[in-house]
Amino acid sequence: MDLENQKRVKDFADQYGPENVVVLVGAAEGEAAGLAAETVTAGDPTFAGPLTGVQLGLTVYHICEPEIKEVVDPAVYDEQISMMEMVLDVDDIIEEMSSIRDQYCKYL
Amino acid sequence: MNSVIKGTGYVLVHVPDMIIQNGTTQTAERAAHPDSAYLKSLPEHLRTYEDALSYWPNQIYIGNAHPEELRQVPFPYFREKKEGAGRYGTFGEIMPENEFLLLAQASDVFDVVKLEKEFVAATRDAFAADPVISAEIAGRVAAGTDITDIDAYVRAGQAEPLFVDGKLVGCVKSAHDTDINLSAHVMHENIMSKASSVLALLHAVKQSGVDAGDIEYVIDCAEEACGDMNQRGGGNFAKAAAEIAGFSHASGADVRAFCAAPVHAMIMAASLVKAGTYKTVAVTAGGCTAKLGMNSKDHVKKECPVLEDCLGGFAVIIAANDGVHPEINLDLVGRHTVGTGSSPQAVITSLVAEPLERNGLKIPDIDIYSPEMQNPDITKPAGAGDVPMSNYKMIAALAVKRGDIERKDLADFVEKHGLIGWAPTQGHIPSGVPAVGFACEDIMAGLIRRVMLIGKGSLFLGRMTDLFDGVSLVIQPNSGGQEETGVSEEQVRSLIARALKEFAQSLTGETRG
Amino acid sequence: MSILEGKKVVIIGDRDGIPGPAIAECAKTAGADVVFASTECFV
Repeated sequence: MDLENQKRVKDFADQYGPENVVVLVGAAEGEAAGLAAETVTAGDPTFAGPLTGVQLGLTVYHICEPEIKEVVDPAVYDEQISMMEMVLDVDDIIEEMSSIRDQYCKYL
Repeated sequence: MNSVIKGTGYVLVHVPDMIIQNGTTQTAERAAHPDSAYLKSLPEHLRTYEDALSYWPNQIYIGNAHPEELRQVPFPYFREKKEGAGRYGTFGEIMPENEFLLLAQASDVFDVVKLEKEFVAATRDAFAADPVISAEIAGRVAAGTDITDIDAYVRAGQAEPLFVDGKLVGCVKSAHDTDINLSAHVMHENIMSKASSVLALLHAVKQSGVDAGDIEYVIDCAEEACGDMNQRGGGNFAKAAAEIAGFSHASGADVRAFCAAPVHAMIMAASLVKAGTYKTVAVTAGGCTAKLGMNSKDHVKKECPVLEDCLGGFAVIIAANDGVHPEINLDLVGRHTVGTGSSPQAVITSLVAEPLERNGLKIPDIDIYSPEMQNPDITKPAGAGDVPMSNYKMIAALAVKRGDIERKDLADFVEKHGLIGWAPTQGHIPSGVPAVGFACEDIMAGLIRRVMLIGKGSLFLGRMTDLFDGVSLVIQPNSGGQEETGVSEEQVRSLIARALKEFAQSLTGETRG
Repeated sequence: MSILEGKKVVIIGDRDGIPGPAIAECAKTAGADVVFASTECFV
C-alpha cells in the first residue's frame, strides 16, 4: 500500500479509535486486495511504510464482498460497481479477504 | 479532411545500471534500508542486453513481431527467447546503455553530461554506426573527461553517477548550485527523457519517409517537467528534442496529462493538421528513469528477472491527408469529463460507448481496442493483474450491459477485439499508443478497419484533484483523400436499420396493445 | 444496523479495480462517514 495512504490509515485509527474505523478496498486482484487487508490488520508485509510492525486489526472489506453489497443502496451499487463484477474475480477476492479477516481482525 | 498517420517510431533503451541508481523504488529503499536483502539480491536479477533483446514483448514493441504472435508464447514470457531477435525492427530499436549515454551527452546543451575519455573512444564507433544517428549528432559527442574529475563531482554530491556494467563512466552534473529543479537528479531524469525522445523521433522520421525539415510542430507528451525554481514545469521538451533531431523548421510544446497524455497529444496533432495550422506534426515521448524497476521488489521476491529494465520512447508523425495512410477520425473522439464520475462503467461509457453511439456505431464495430497495453509479465507478479485484459473485460462487460453482445460471448469478444499487452510499464508509453504502428500496417493491408486508442491517466496522483482522466480516438482506412461528407454510408445504413427496427417495434406494440 | 452505519470509513481504491470515489458513493448510502478516499495506481 502507498506510504501516504498507510500514514492516513494509522492517523485515522489513532484519531477515531481502531474499533470505529472500517477500511474499504477496491483492488483489481485477490492478491492485491489481500495485501491491502493485511497492511491495515497485521502490518505492512513489504516492510516499507508506517504500518510496518503495526497491528491495527481494523475491520476491512473489499467493496465487491456480499457483506458490503447488501448494505449499499442497490441503485448506487449498480451504477458504480456492478459492471466490475463481470471483470473481477470476485470469488478469489472474497477468499483472500475472508482469510485475512479471520486471522487478524480484532473488531468483528 | 482527416489527417493521416505517416509513420511511427518505437524505441527501448536497455539501462540496467540506471535501475539501481535512479529508479524510485530502489532509491527509496536505499534511503530507508541501505542494507536490505532486496537491494543485495537486485543485481543478480538484472538481465543482460542479449536477454532484453530476445524478450518477445520487446521485439514486438520495436516491430520485429506482431502482437498476435504473443498468444502463442508460453507465459511467463521471460522464460522464452524469440528466435531471430535483433536490435533493429520495423519501427525502431533497442539501444544498449553505453551507446545511449553518448546520445544523452549529444542531447545535452548545458555541459552537464560528462563521460570518461576512454569510454567515449571505445563506444563512439558503435554509436555512429546506428543508421539513425547522423554525422551531426555523432559529432556532438565530446572527447570526454578524466575519470578523476567525474569521480570528484560525484563524491562532492554535485552529480548523478553514470555506470555501465557497474563501472563509473560518467556523470550528470547539477545545472545550478542551489536550485532543486536544476539539481543533478532532475537534470539526469530530464536528459534521459529528452535523449530517448530524440531517438524515437529519428526512427519515426526514417519509418515515415518524411523529411525532417518538413516537420512544423512537435508535441512532447512524456511525464517529466523541466524548468527552474521559478517555473518548475516551464517546458519545452518538444522543441529541445526537435533541435537535436535536426527538425530546423519545427516549433513545439509539451502536453501533460499523466498516462493519458499521448492520446491527448495525438488528438491535438490531428486537429492542428486538419485545421490546416500545420501540415506535419510529430508527437513524441521519451522514457522515465523513475519507473525503472518500479515493481522489482516483487520480481526479486518471486525470482523473476527485473523486467522493468528499459526506457521506452515513441513518436508518431501526423500529416495532411495524402490519400494513402490511415486517418485519425476526429468525429470519433471520446473523453472523460469533469462530470463523468469515476465508476468504471461511467469511464468506459465516456471513452468507448459515447463516441461510437454518437456516430451510429456499436462496441463490436471497433476491430481492435488498444487501451493500456502494459505487459502482464511485469504486472502479474506484482499483484497488479493483467491491465489490458481487465480493460478488455470492462469494454466487453459494458457491451453486455448495453445489449451489444451476449454475456456468454464476453470471453470471445475479449479474444477477438483485444491483444495481449507488450509495452513496458513506463507510464505514458503503454497508454493506447503502442498499437499505432501495427494498426496502421494492418489497416493498410486491409486486415482491419477500425482501431480505437484509449489513454487513461491517474490525475489524482498529483494531489491537485481526485479526478481520473481519459481520452480516445479511432484510426481508420484512408478515404482516398476525399473530403468526407457529414454522414458515412455505414452510418446511413445503421440509422435506417434503427429506424426500421423502431418502426417494427411500434407496430408490434400496437397489435398487442 | 449495517456494518458501515456510523463508522469512520477509509477507502483505498484501485485505478484498475474500483476507484476510491466510486466506493465512497456506495459507502455513503450505507450510513458511513467517509473520512478519506484515495485511489492507488500500480502502473
